[in-house]
Amino acid sequence: MKTLVWVEHDNAAVKDATLAAVTAASQLGEVHLLVAGSGCKAVADQAAQIAGVGKVHLADDAAYANALAENVAPLVADLMGHHDAFVAPATTTGKNIAPRVAALLDVMQISDILSVEGPKTFTRPIYAGNAIATVESSDAKLVITVRGTAFAKAATSGGSGVVEAVSGPGEAGTSSFVGSEIAKSERPELTSAKIIVSGGRALKDAETFAATITPLADKLGAAIGASRAAVDAGYVPNDYQVGQTGKIVAPEVYIAVGISGAIQHLAGMKDSKTIIAINKDEDAPIFQVADIGLVADLFSAVPELTSKL
Amino acid sequence: MKALVCVKRVIDYNVKPRVKSDGTGVDLANVKMSMNPFDEIAVEEAIRLKEKGVVTEIVALSVGPAKAQETLRTALAMGADRAVLVQVDDGVDVEPLAVAKIVKAVAEEEGASLIITGKQAIDDDSNQVGQMVAALMGRPQGTFANEVTVEGDSVVVKREIDGGLETVKLALPAVVTTDLRLNEPRYASLPNIMKAKSKPLATKAPGDYGVDIAPRLKTLKVSEPPVRSAGIKVADVDALVAKLKEMGVA
Repeated sequence: MKTLVWVEHDNAAVKDATLAAVTAASQLGEVHLLVAGSGCKAVADQAAQIAGVGKVHLADDAAYANALAENVAPLVADLMGHHDAFVAPATTTGKNIAPRVAALLDVMQISDILSVEGPKTFTRPIYAGNAIATVESSDAKLVITVRGTAFAKAATSGGSGVVEAVSGPGEAGTSSFVGSEIAKSERPELTSAKIIVSGGRALKDAETFAATITPLADKLGAAIGASRAAVDAGYVPNDYQVGQTGKIVAPEVYIAVGISGAIQHLAGMKDSKTIIAINKDEDAPIFQVADIGLVADLFSAVPELTSKL
Repeated sequence: MKALVCVKRVIDYNVKPRVKSDGTGVDLANVKMSMNPFDEIAVEEAIRLKEKGVVTEIVALSVGPAKAQETLRTALAMGADRAVLVQVDDGVDVEPLAVAKIVKAVAEEEGASLIITGKQAIDDDSNQVGQMVAALMGRPQGTFANEVTVEGDSVVVKREIDGGLETVKLALPAVVTTDLRLNEPRYASLPNIMKAKSKPLATKAPGDYGVDIAPRLKTLKVSEPPVRSAGIKVADVDALVAKLKEMGVA
């Protein structure tokens, strides 16, 4: 089987999310990559180094600069004439593009796979990860998005892919990119961080959240996350959200502060290697999944913890 | 301009789903069902656009069993004008691709300029329908919307993306899928719930639109996720610090 993996990048470098998708694709067959962007030759050269990669299709066109789904999906659909499976990381970019490709190919997409069980059989989480479905596709071609935390990352070196320029239909003319506001931060990215400190609704307000969680995260060199309740309450922006409707994370250490442990939150972090929970309610569901629990008032415990580390 | 809002009847988001012991699915018998929370946000957004004078009529659409009428009545009580139920038999799951084909047909029949739906349903967590509708119609998509502004014959959508926000401008007709922070849906008032009972609700079948709903994916098994067992509780911060040091974290 020939797979075509969507390379996530910023026109300068390959993003980590790509690597788990490559691993998933390698379990299906031959791995080809697609680098679609503008002035992104360096990305293709870098992608060609990823272990196990065959061909790297490079579509370098201003129309693909911002990965607008309207422009990119027809390009992918064209390339799928010579491939059997389109594999994208389940990032916001992958989730935006893949279903559009699937519909163009008249294929039912398999979202957010956790494992490859056979050439057309996969497991995927449903009901916020409260159930795992094993599904088999009957479509001639496959369109898949891959949960990044479920697959090991492919090595970024050792590959000897061949870069080949391709062109697609280009500008669809129905959408345009206006701008972006990407939060600039010295912190590690939430989905690739080794340590995450997350806060919940118990943090009271935005100021208290920042005053309590930030120093601890600084001390540990950790990324900062939040429960949906904390996002809903306006303490932090949505891109901090860990959970079924936010980001799915699996760091080495996840420290949940003042998070009760709603189903929707657990769905986003329960694959973390070690979970530490600090909560004053000893019956909070978070303690049912925590490896280390501390029943304490976070407003005294967290500053104390920060000072003693 | 007309807005089409797509809503799905799903397990209530406060209910913990239980996997059936025979591994065929999730037990939905006698479980509280509600409108998919992201679809509530979609309905609310359409109503706000109508209140701003941008949208003139809101049609709510659901593909589901007879009981999805309740979900449509909720949309009508919130402020939608009319509803269409494309009805399937109880227990029949219609996959996103088939749903998208139905939505496309209804959108074209209605001449809708804006199609709004939730980014994903909290039962199958597919996150596909909006994008598929846009693809099938050859129209642009604004997924994971955080802000929606109609400007003449375009819609400007601020999108929630990994790491921040992105703004795109789409030519109408267009599809918008909602994210969490777009708005806070209103509760339907009692008088509006009463009024909703007399609003028009048409019932159709997938065949009326020539859509084949035969599934492409076969569910071989549904199982419980691996259980994570509770660990230990430490007495105080000093004990926690000791543990963290043991793990090499601090």
